[in-house]
Amino acid sequence: MRACLAALAGGLLLTGGCTEAETEQRLAEPVTVEGDAIPAPLGGETGDAARGRVVFVDREQGHCVLCHQVDGLDAEFQGNVGPALTGLGDRLDPAQIRLRVADAQRIWPDTVMPSYYRVYGLNQVGEEYRGEPALTARQIEDLVAWLAALKTEGNEDG
Amino acid sequence: MRSLGAAALLLLAACSGSRGEGPAPERTTLPDEVKQTGTAFLQPETRALQEDDFANPGMLWVDRGRSLFRETIGQSKSCAACHGEDGSELDAAASHYPQVDEESGELVNLEGRINLCRTRHQGLEPLDYESDPLLALTTYVAHLSEGAPMSVDVSGAAAPYYEQGQDYFFTKRGQFNLACSQCHNEHWGEKLRGDTISQGHGNSFPAYRLEWQTLGSLHRRLSDCDAGVRAEPYPLGSDIYTAVELYLAKRAEGLPVETPGIRR
Ligand code: HEC
Ligand code: HEC
Repeated sequence: MRACLAALAGGLLLTGGCTEAETEQRLAEPVTVEGDAIPAPLGGETGDAARGRVVFVDREQGHCVLCHQVDGLDAEFQGNVGPALTGLGDRLDPAQIRLRVADAQRIWPDTVMPSYYRVYGLNQVGEEYRGEPALTARQIEDLVAWLAALKTEGNEDG
Repeated sequence: MRSLGAAALLLLAACSGSRGEGPAPERTTLPDEVKQTGTAFLQPETRALQEDDFANPGMLWVDRGRSLFRETIGQSKSCAACHGEDGSELDAAASHYPQVDEESGELVNLEGRINLCRTRHQGLEPLDYESDPLLALTTYVAHLSEGAPMSVDVSGAAAPYYEQGQDYFFTKRGQFNLACSQCHNEHWGEKLRGDTISQGHGNSFPAYRLEWQTLGSLHRRLSDCDAGVRAEPYPLGSDIYTAVELYLAKRAEGLPVETPGIRR
């Protein structure tokens, strides 16, 4: 609030702490949301499914297995806080998966699933994470590529 | 000028809307009939370790705490001089903490009370939060209350602290934007990889955590949960964590004190 008033006083309507709120930008880049989907790839990246599988499992990256289980995936102790994602590509297209990974809390405001591309409007963010999304555009595009290819028929694990 | 005013209004609205994001999680409570101590969610081996006084590594801190309790430093009285050689005067004391200290009007947890005894009655310096001697004394005194039902007073002077702790519990925070309640009220019993999310009670603390390879305070656990959602943790011993501790103690009302717990 204080930052807003200061910006107003200075006539700097579009700079300073309020820029993101002014454009209502939640994510690390402006995106166009259509229905329950983000049609355009983030950061103009082209996803790679093999890398996406690593992002999904790796503790230092997405670590999605904390909450999700995928049949046939080689990872111990897959969680069950979220729904199993086996055959996800049968249910959702890449644009829908993109919004769910980038900003799940936009679809389900009370979900425990983090919004991995979100940067703005957060509270008490740890110093080392401030201003950064949890995953990069490329990591998310890699996830989208891998998840969209999960089909129950002839599913190939990565 | 008019359009600048309109823009300013819009901007203000947008800015205020951007703080503390999202609809606050619903303030659900745990119904009494499902309330369960964290011990109930342990693997059988870990639980057996906790329940065996000879194997439980937390008992080393109890022993150490007992010696410190009886120790006389210089001119000062020992804790035992006031509270009984075997702490008999303190039997269920820990189950009623945190509580408001009448003299200062501030909320203190067991660690805080021990430090007040040192400065007011023993002429000693307070011990650092999370230091070995303070953990040992706290663990010893909490262990004296083993089995006593948690029962704190949240009325009167304690009420604002309780409110503050409750607010913290239901506020989303961190890069992951999650409130305590979302895991411990809404998703307990589910698997976060190898961990089963418990109801987030504090009745087994200080506890020995295998991940820490040592014993730590409840505040250290809270700090880990904050760090887990990539929020900036508060310092151990901070007023805000003590207020959360009070909220948790009330929320755990009736559960037995189980210090020293063993956790993953
Ligand atoms: C802390 C738990 C948690 C983590 C971590 C998590 N999710 Fe989720 N996820 C959920 C929950 C819960 C849902 C269901 C939405 C709801 O109703 O809350 C969900 C839903 C989804 C969906 C939609 C599934 C469907 O059938 O509609 C996708 C896709 C998804 N998650 C992918 C991911 C990916 C990819 C990651 C890691 C980058 C991830 N999730 C990390 C909890 C989690
Ligand atoms: C993303 C999920 C998540 C969030 C959010 C979270 N915790 Fe936890 N918490 C855990 C997990 C996992 C554990 C370890 C397993 C267990 O004991 O529940 C834990 C453990 C605890 C414990 C120890 C319980 C015991 O018996 O050992 C307490 C107390 C606790 N949390 C309180 C809190 C508080 C207070 C907050 C908010 C400041 C919070 N948690 C936020 C997941 C979470």
